[in-house]
Amino acid sequence: MKLLTLASQDKTCTTVLMALAAVTFIIPLCNLLTPADSPLHFSAYTVSLIGKYLTFALLGMSLDLVWGYCGILALGHGAFFALGGYAMGMYLMRQIGTRGVYGDPLLPDFMVFLNWKELPWYWLGFDHFGFALLMVLLAPGILAFVFGWLAFRSRVTGVYLSIITQALTYALLLAFFRNEMGFGGNNGLTDFKDILGFNIQSEAVRSVLLFLSGFSLIGAFLLCRWIVNTKLGRVVTAIRDQESRVRFLGYRVEMFKLWIFVFAAMLAGVAGALYVPQVGIINPSEFTPLNSLEIVVWVAMGGRGTLYGAIIGAVVVNYGKTVLTGLMPEIWLFTLGAVFIVITLLLPDGIVGLLRRKLQEQHA
Amino acid sequence: MNIPPLTRFHHVLAVLMLVFSLAAHSDPITASQPWLDALNSLKQGSMPEREQAIMQLAEIKDAHNLAILQALLDGRLFTTKTDTKLVIGIDNHQGFDISDAVSGAALGAVDHDALSKINLTNKMRGTLRKIIGELELSADDPAVRLAAVKAMAKEADDRVLDLLRGRADKEADPAVKEAIKVTLLLQDMDSPDKATRIMAIEALKAKNSQEVVNRLNAMVEKDESGEFVEPDEDIRNLAKAALININNRLQLYSSVETVFFGLSLGAVLVLSAIGLAITFGVMGVINMAHGELMMLGAYTTYVMQQLMPNHLGISVLLAIPAAFVISALVGIAIERGIIRFLYGRPLETLLATFGVSLILQQSVRSIFSPLNRSVATPEWMSGSWQINDFLSLTWNRFYILVFCLLVFVLLLQILKRTRLGLEVRAVAQNRKMAKAMGIPTARVDAMTFGLGSGIAGVAGVALSQITNVGPNLGQAYIVDSFMVVVFGGVGNLLGTLVAGFSLGIANKFLEPFAGAVLAKILVLVFIILFIQKRPRGLFPQKGRAADS
Amino acid sequence: MKTFAENLFGEDDKLKSSVLADGELDTRHGPILYMEDVSVSFDGFKALNKLSLYIDAGELRCVIGPNGAGKTTMMDVITGKTRPDVGSVFFGQTIDLLKMDEPAIAQVGIGRKFQKPSVFDALTVFENLELALKADKRTWQTLFFRLSGEQRDRIGAVLETVGLSAFAKERAGILSHGQKQWLEIGMLLMQEPKVMLVDEPIAGMTHQEIERTAELLLSLQGERSLVVVEHDMEFVRSIAKKVTVLHEGTVLTEGTMDEVQNDPRVIQVYLGG
Repeated sequence: MKLLTLASQDKTCTTVLMALAAVTFIIPLCNLLTPADSPLHFSAYTVSLIGKYLTFALLGMSLDLVWGYCGILALGHGAFFALGGYAMGMYLMRQIGTRGVYGDPLLPDFMVFLNWKELPWYWLGFDHFGFALLMVLLAPGILAFVFGWLAFRSRVTGVYLSIITQALTYALLLAFFRNEMGFGGNNGLTDFKDILGFNIQSEAVRSVLLFLSGFSLIGAFLLCRWIVNTKLGRVVTAIRDQESRVRFLGYRVEMFKLWIFVFAAMLAGVAGALYVPQVGIINPSEFTPLNSLEIVVWVAMGGRGTLYGAIIGAVVVNYGKTVLTGLMPEIWLFTLGAVFIVITLLLPDGIVGLLRRKLQEQHA
Repeated sequence: MNIPPLTRFHHVLAVLMLVFSLAAHSDPITASQPWLDALNSLKQGSMPEREQAIMQLAEIKDAHNLAILQALLDGRLFTTKTDTKLVIGIDNHQGFDISDAVSGAALGAVDHDALSKINLTNKMRGTLRKIIGELELSADDPAVRLAAVKAMAKEADDRVLDLLRGRADKEADPAVKEAIKVTLLLQDMDSPDKATRIMAIEALKAKNSQEVVNRLNAMVEKDESGEFVEPDEDIRNLAKAALININNRLQLYSSVETVFFGLSLGAVLVLSAIGLAITFGVMGVINMAHGELMMLGAYTTYVMQQLMPNHLGISVLLAIPAAFVISALVGIAIERGIIRFLYGRPLETLLATFGVSLILQQSVRSIFSPLNRSVATPEWMSGSWQINDFLSLTWNRFYILVFCLLVFVLLLQILKRTRLGLEVRAVAQNRKMAKAMGIPTARVDAMTFGLGSGIAGVAGVALSQITNVGPNLGQAYIVDSFMVVVFGGVGNLLGTLVAGFSLGIANKFLEPFAGAVLAKILVLVFIILFIQKRPRGLFPQKGRAADS
Repeated sequence: MKTFAENLFGEDDKLKSSVLADGELDTRHGPILYMEDVSVSFDGFKALNKLSLYIDAGELRCVIGPNGAGKTTMMDVITGKTRPDVGSVFFGQTIDLLKMDEPAIAQVGIGRKFQKPSVFDALTVFENLELALKADKRTWQTLFFRLSGEQRDRIGAVLETVGLSAFAKERAGILSHGQKQWLEIGMLLMQEPKVMLVDEPIAGMTHQEIERTAELLLSLQGERSLVVVEHDMEFVRSIAKKVTVLHEGTVLTEGTMDEVQNDPRVIQVYLGG
């Protein structure tokens, strides 16, 4: 019985991995090798869309690490995604150079518009891709560290923690809306031109970005899988189920939570950094609490505590969103709301749980 | 609030004029013969006769006088060219809406050239102003008298001053009396007698009047040539001292005002949080749809107003029970349909109710429109309570503060004194035991949830009076309300009250330094830090029950 | 039975009687655990009232008392779960337990078995024991942790001791109540604590299992100090040399089982009056 579960689990998992690998390698290859009118050629829209789904899958998986394995229902996970996105966006803004509307050699357009005379100190260094990449990890990482250190050390748990994570992203939303913050205010960062000297709109770059997204997702998946199978992963699972008991075994629960929280925040940052060049914009709306809640729905829908469930959930929900908002925009929120309710009431283990039950029934 | 006082009084005057003329409609006065004669000579006589007529009118007490004389002064008193009737006209851009000056009866609209204006000389205008001033000064409504004093202060000559001095002793209304005093004292400042001036400054420094501040400021300034406007140094020093004195009071008033704003913001927070405090605190249920239940309350107000557009004041009052019932029913439906399957799983409840909130939001968007609906404020809630020149409190915020306290006390009484309250508290403390004692816990859960949701609806009615009613109304308040509940200590209604008010006040005190958005961020950050220190809020529950 | 313990703790760290490093356990004066004048109150209810208790190194002490006597609260105070209002709790002569939190207290050598078996249902029996295993419990060290052959053997030995070898790869969630009790005892053994606090170890056990538990606990004394809280008087009689009776948060009396049972105050407390 148990072996069967394991096997079926692995089967779904393998299928997901295979599909990921196929998408990651085949689509970019097709697009790079075939001419634009070939039936094997994917449209720029499709490529960007799939690339976007892959970054969402990465984001969902990072939340699964925190929620599914460690039991922390973080309602502000989107904040880390957005911070990673902003770090990448800042690099892309610096790449615009003199090609902005105002043609200012030093300042991005919105700063010229605000009559700023010099670049704020926190924009320094973003001309360098390497530095930007570092910040993609550090900005969310440091925020997660400071916040997590405060929260976990004082043993804020359960719904309290959920609410303050929501307050965190809400506060950031308000902050990033302010022009004075120096991140483009309401409009955010957009009108990107180049990435590493290549035209960001070009098909080749889009294909490469999709490849990188898929590659990062697979890499992150394997890394996460390794982590949850180490002793640290088991401590984290134990914390999810019986936090106080773990303390009496001599583990510093707060440090383990912090470790996993920071790691997941960094993954979310990477997802954000891959997302921004593919959609061409980052603005404060990424910080809205609703966005973070949507991530939770992806994970719940796919099946939490499985990693690949989050990938399935992110793709399914976002595909549904794309289709529904295209057909009837007003029906999307009804659907999303219904998904929240149905999942929690009827499908606590999500799609993966459903598949497992089906497979077990077949074998039995 | 930023409207200069003068314009404000003109508004008041205009409104009052309208009221007078309306009163005339409903209550035809049997006009006296001398009055009619005077009107007649006003209409047809020569200029000197007109002047005579004006003086005569001033002698005769008649409720119509003020309206007629004011119209005359404003150049809105006409005779119709066809039947030479004396009419008062109101310009409607195409022509005039006219009403009979004698009876006050509306006579419809006419063209510009159907009327001929009754002309005046400058001298007559001066006389008219004074007569109107006198009439207003002896009007029955203190607000009219106050307006008159303020208007007269602008062009105070000996006659006006005599008039005011005469009135000062008779005046019964303290605000009007005060205004007259200030006007007279300001005149004394120009007196050639230094002692009189000193006495005036000494007396004025206790007055709360913007005019006094302006005047004193002017006295201590230097003119273009670098000379002091006020040559006498003693007077200047006195004026400076008086200014400091007044400014100190000004600061005090502005603090009072900030506290008031804070309290009214706090009242909104408390209103939106106490419903949550019940469902979250008493039942341990996270209701993310709480904001949308408030939104439903606000939309109920909107619908009530649409149903009875001519009775705004009553519709708002009726909206309170209606909103309570509607939100409570929706709340009970949520509890019976979803939450009861999720007790003991707070995180799942949070997600499911969030789904409900999305559906409610989108429903409202589909039924009404994604745009904000405008909910009118009834007259008794608009305007402000002008305590003095430096301090005025808006009525709508004042009422919301009172309303919040009422709801709070009522809720406390329900929990303390009713059977339901007893059962709610019993279930909150020990569910199993309560069940064993025969309390129908399922019904109590539904009722508690209904109560919390109903209060959210009532909060929505209050919100509709101060903010835009739209599908996003709930979203804007949900994080804040949770913060209030968590800050106050879960399961403690008094904590919610204290937390709401202190956060409101803190917010308003931070705003001048940090700006509204940054103030909000600072408060959020403060709460996040506060929860680190005291995870159970200001007033934590203690003992074994708190561990579970 | 002595071999039991020898198997489990082969390379036992002999209690040092010479110079002690800072913060090291000092039991030269006899007691390993000092509780003095400890009071705890919840909302006015005194759960502990000036409780003083001394446990000697290597001693097996049984603590009995009616419900609400403060037995579990006492363990909560020792393990750092509850902060006393007043009083002092020392581990050896030098280690102030009131300045430490739960993991620090666990690491310094005080283990606890809970009244309600609290094992990790989602993990296998083996993994439960692995988590309890005495090791460097910091994050990075835990991430890169690999079981050595020796450690694997020790887990195997403990599995043997608690009779769960056949269940090593099963999720702990499927175990019966009694098996969970054993697993928890096993986890306590894995921690190799110097002091073991054992709260109601035999609830839900069969008669045979109770006998084995008694054997196990007896075999551990001398090497470890044990504080056993139990309601079952027969069980207590079978293992206890010294019994402490708690009543209303304070020590009513101490002595051998016979002395305690004949103490009129104890009789009154238990039989009412």
